[in-house]
Amino acid sequence: MDMEIAHEQVEPVFIRVSDLHKQIGEQRILRGVSLEIARGSGVAIIGGSGTGKSVLLKLVMGLIPATRGSIVVDGTEITGLSERELGRHRRKMGLLFQDGALFDSLTVEENVGFPLVEAGWKDAEKVRLKVEETLAAVDLAGHKYKLPSDLSGGMRKRAALARAIITDPQGVLYDEPTSGLDPVVADSIYHLIRRTQRQRGITSVVVTHDMKSLPVVADRVLYLREGVVYFAGSPAELLGSADPVIRQFVEGRSGESS
Amino acid sequence: MMGFLLMLGRPVVDLIQYLGELAQLVVEVVRSIFWYRVRWRLVIYQVVSLGFGSQLQVLVTGAFTGAVFAAQVYYKFNQLGFESVVGGIVALAMCRELAPVLTGLMLTSRVGAAMAAEIGTMKVTEQVDALRALGVHPVDYLVSPRMLAMIFSMPILIAESILFGMWASKLIVVSLYGVPEAFYTDQLEKNTDLTDLCFGVSKGLVFGVMIVLISCHQGLKASRGAVGVGRGTTSAVVCASLGILVVNFFLTIALNFLWPVART
Repeated sequence: MDMEIAHEQVEPVFIRVSDLHKQIGEQRILRGVSLEIARGSGVAIIGGSGTGKSVLLKLVMGLIPATRGSIVVDGTEITGLSERELGRHRRKMGLLFQDGALFDSLTVEENVGFPLVEAGWKDAEKVRLKVEETLAAVDLAGHKYKLPSDLSGGMRKRAALARAIITDPQGVLYDEPTSGLDPVVADSIYHLIRRTQRQRGITSVVVTHDMKSLPVVADRVLYLREGVVYFAGSPAELLGSADPVIRQFVEGRSGESS
Repeated sequence: MMGFLLMLGRPVVDLIQYLGELAQLVVEVVRSIFWYRVRWRLVIYQVVSLGFGSQLQVLVTGAFTGAVFAAQVYYKFNQLGFESVVGGIVALAMCRELAPVLTGLMLTSRVGAAMAAEIGTMKVTEQVDALRALGVHPVDYLVSPRMLAMIFSMPILIAESILFGMWASKLIVVSLYGVPEAFYTDQLEKNTDLTDLCFGVSKGLVFGVMIVLISCHQGLKASRGAVGVGRGTTSAVVCASLGILVVNFFLTIALNFLWPVART
């Protein structure tokens, strides 16, 4: 199913995926996903476990190769690029991993400043100031000397978010940013994501299982089912849908409870 | 019959695939070092970690190997009345075989295992993917600094091992068994020269490169959590140790053409 995800027609498309297939071993995970994500918009991807949400993010980031199909990010077709060419593409984007994936041998300050140092920032003072500014933006000021192992789950997510946005990327992909967090911390993370997206004009794509977060975090929602986009629309349209498949997912009912 | 052939063929195919992956890594490391930015801070950190941090093991191994070898050679050669040549034999053996091989094996267990475990843990906790997501090639950041550090450290470690082996051997033969120092030194000087040192250092460099390649490769392909990291670490130590022993044979043959044993 081809889906147009653009809340304003004038906005250019930032991510365009066409007929994307991904097979790992015998398992066909994505079976022809097509979608468009407008620049500066907030999109949530939902779906059952194992439906390929995280795989889709990794494909868009170029971390795993597609079996078939096309992925265009910011006007560049990324399928077929070499690892080093993909490196240049990835610097336009940020990816927040499910567990943060902070470098455990580096402090929070070093983790967050890492993309700047790798981007060639030579002036240590400028790096320090930018890190402090970004840590303050994610409410993590005062924790810069801690190691990731000394942080709580929510703080690790915030630090990872700071690392993902410090270079002012054009888009950030969030892979279940609140998994394992209590509802209050999760809510604060979702508001942080939305605030970051609006303040910095970043395109954000959030994989989530949290239906309550959808109106907070997204303008549009994609529901992945059986390897294709089953639904695309606004959070209100999803939550008000009469489709029994969507209702079952949204209400969190297993087949046994109906 | 077909089953038997398949049984024989599978390990061969696996070996070829493994060697192919190592060759790919070699190409990537060479490209990384010569065409892309070298992270010298990481190189220095690794020199301290793997070079300076291995001093104790290498020195103790070198000293006790030299001492034990000197004692064994002395017992036999004393019966034949050739005890004065012990110094020359120990020096030759330390330079050409014992120091590079034993240093290689010690570094495999200490440094190789640590590399495989550290990179493997980064791989299974998505830290390697995080590097890639930040536009950093994992070979540039994880493998090349370790390779350069090993290339810088190995000659020094080999030389130290040889030096301590010879010093310990002299201590045993001269101080304990009473062989005149002049005889010991004379035989040592007659039987060894700079080519023997080059021989040992060259072997050590090859072993060092093998340790880094094999260990980093195992780390980078680790999967399936803690079990995968454990398996990768074990494989790294086993493959590197066996590789050193096998390659040592071929290197000995080849290097003897280049630097034959000095005639006395």
